[in-house]
Amino acid sequence: MGLSAHIEQSAPIPLAADIVCKGGELLALVGPSGSGKSTLLRCLAGLHRPTSGHVVCGEETWFDPRRGIDLPPQQRRVGFVFQHYALFPHLTALANVMLASADVPANERARRARHWLARANLEGFDHRRPDELSGGQQQRVALARALAREPRVLLLDEPFSAVDRVTRRKLLNQLIDLRRSLAIPIVLVTHDLEEATLLADRMTVLHRGRTLQTATPEEMLARPASALVARLTDQPNLFVGKVVYQSRATDTTVIDWLGHSLNATYHADFTPGEAVCWVIPEAGVVLVREHQLERENTLYALVSERLAWRGHATVTARVGKQREAALTFAIGASVAMRRSIVPGAVVALQLQKAAIRLLPADAAAGAPATVDRVDSCYPRSLPGEPTAPRARRSSE
Amino acid sequence: MDWQALALSLQLASATALVLLPLAIWLARWLAWSSARGRSALEALILLPLVLPPTVLGYYLLLGFGGESMLGQLYHALSGRTLVFSFDGLLAASLIFNLPFAVQPMQRAFAAIPREIREAAWVSGLSRWQTFLRIELPLAWPGVAAALALCFAHTLGEFGVVLMVGGSLPGETKTIAIAIYDQAQAFNDSAAASMSAFLLGLSFVAVLLVSRLGRRRAGRWD
Repeated sequence: MGLSAHIEQSAPIPLAADIVCKGGELLALVGPSGSGKSTLLRCLAGLHRPTSGHVVCGEETWFDPRRGIDLPPQQRRVGFVFQHYALFPHLTALANVMLASADVPANERARRARHWLARANLEGFDHRRPDELSGGQQQRVALARALAREPRVLLLDEPFSAVDRVTRRKLLNQLIDLRRSLAIPIVLVTHDLEEATLLADRMTVLHRGRTLQTATPEEMLARPASALVARLTDQPNLFVGKVVYQSRATDTTVIDWLGHSLNATYHADFTPGEAVCWVIPEAGVVLVREHQLERENTLYALVSERLAWRGHATVTARVGKQREAALTFAIGASVAMRRSIVPGAVVALQLQKAAIRLLPADAAAGAPATVDRVDSCYPRSLPGEPTAPRARRSSE
Repeated sequence: MDWQALALSLQLASATALVLLPLAIWLARWLAWSSARGRSALEALILLPLVLPPTVLGYYLLLGFGGESMLGQLYHALSGRTLVFSFDGLLAASLIFNLPFAVQPMQRAFAAIPREIREAAWVSGLSRWQTFLRIELPLAWPGVAAALALCFAHTLGEFGVVLMVGGSLPGETKTIAIAIYDQAQAFNDSAAASMSAFLLGLSFVAVLLVSRLGRRRAGRWD
């Protein structure tokens, strides 16, 4: 039993979005603030009425204005976890959960509520009111309440945004465990890409109310549909280059990037001389040793930053003198230590040909490539340094 | 102490609070959550009795309720009674001049309930009516109770409008506030003093109640 929806409206937030989520699948809706993620979720739940479109869950149509169908939230059978949980403050945890199964006989209701509270690891908290629970416990009561409804779809609106990082990780693990036993579609709204990558089977990127791409997290990182998707999914290695050579025979498109020739997999859509955006996931940037310098797409870079966290190090290294052309890659913290990869060190990096993805330069803005528009697919500027002049220099 | 006037006042105050309860809740919820056009105009209209001199309000009610008015004639045709100088007219006037005292605290109480809480009730399967009874009313009740206490005390003490619309007919329209005025005019100081002290005490209790309920409501959302 899956969920499929097409939602359209022009105001108050323009929406033109498609959502498909299969039973047992977790779909993450990601996008910046104001991109319409939460409104979309509210449309699915029947809390907001769009102008047109449809919402179909399994065999049941919940919304189809052409056929005069618009089921109220009470009849849609959704489990909804709100961003700030929206627990009923005057009721105990048990009463909160019991209220979601009002259609069940009274004696069964308490049993079922206790079952879901236990599933959420909240035994012994039955008689506490929300103000007597921690943020993480409140979130779990909200999740138990949503599941006690025996929903056909579970909708989670940034459920981890109001808890601290440590609690978030615990809750994430619990949700990962829990979702294995749920056969219903789960739609998660989040602006946290790490969260989406950890939890989601597929993710949909939204921008200004439009769905830009739906793919698995791995696919989204490796093959973003546009420079805008790459930017919205926070890909650090997003740059502009120029196509210099096309060879179908060798399956190669050669681009010029700041005077370096880079080989990418052949991409027929571009012609020599054309400006392109290109992106490479952090995993596609490989640290090479001195004797490997002859490898394809290998260049020197100056380490400008190293952030270590729990055994992993994220390294940023500038290519040549171009400060804005900084490649980011990840290595083990012990490797970074052993090879003295610290700010100021020079490293040799190989950009793996197959990992380089070429994208239309104007896709970010959906307009013909002008210097200003192309700006959005340039790497983020360093503090106080505008990107536009560099964009002009690079594209000339 | 004019027991008859006191009984009439208590009767009027109770009836006002009872009739206003559903009406003010309905209005307060609508004002708290609606974004419909005309909301501000209606809100201003409801607040008008707060700023109008009671005699002005009383004068217009006298005109509106009088035997020459459409409302007065309609009421006479239906009940055989007049609206002016009668308990019924007094009650109608009392409902109007108490409307802001009833609606305002309730409106604040309902507006303080986050939208998400009501939506959570709907997605949990509760109908609008169940949501009102099981979620909204328990959360807003301090505001509702405060509004009723205010209305009750205000009705007991209202003078200008009562005098204009009801006059001073013993057992029919002579409330305790009018009785105090009559006793003071007749230099019967002890009667005026005891009745005034009674009203003072009652008003203090009402204001204390309103203030405590207000604090309770504020604490709930901290």
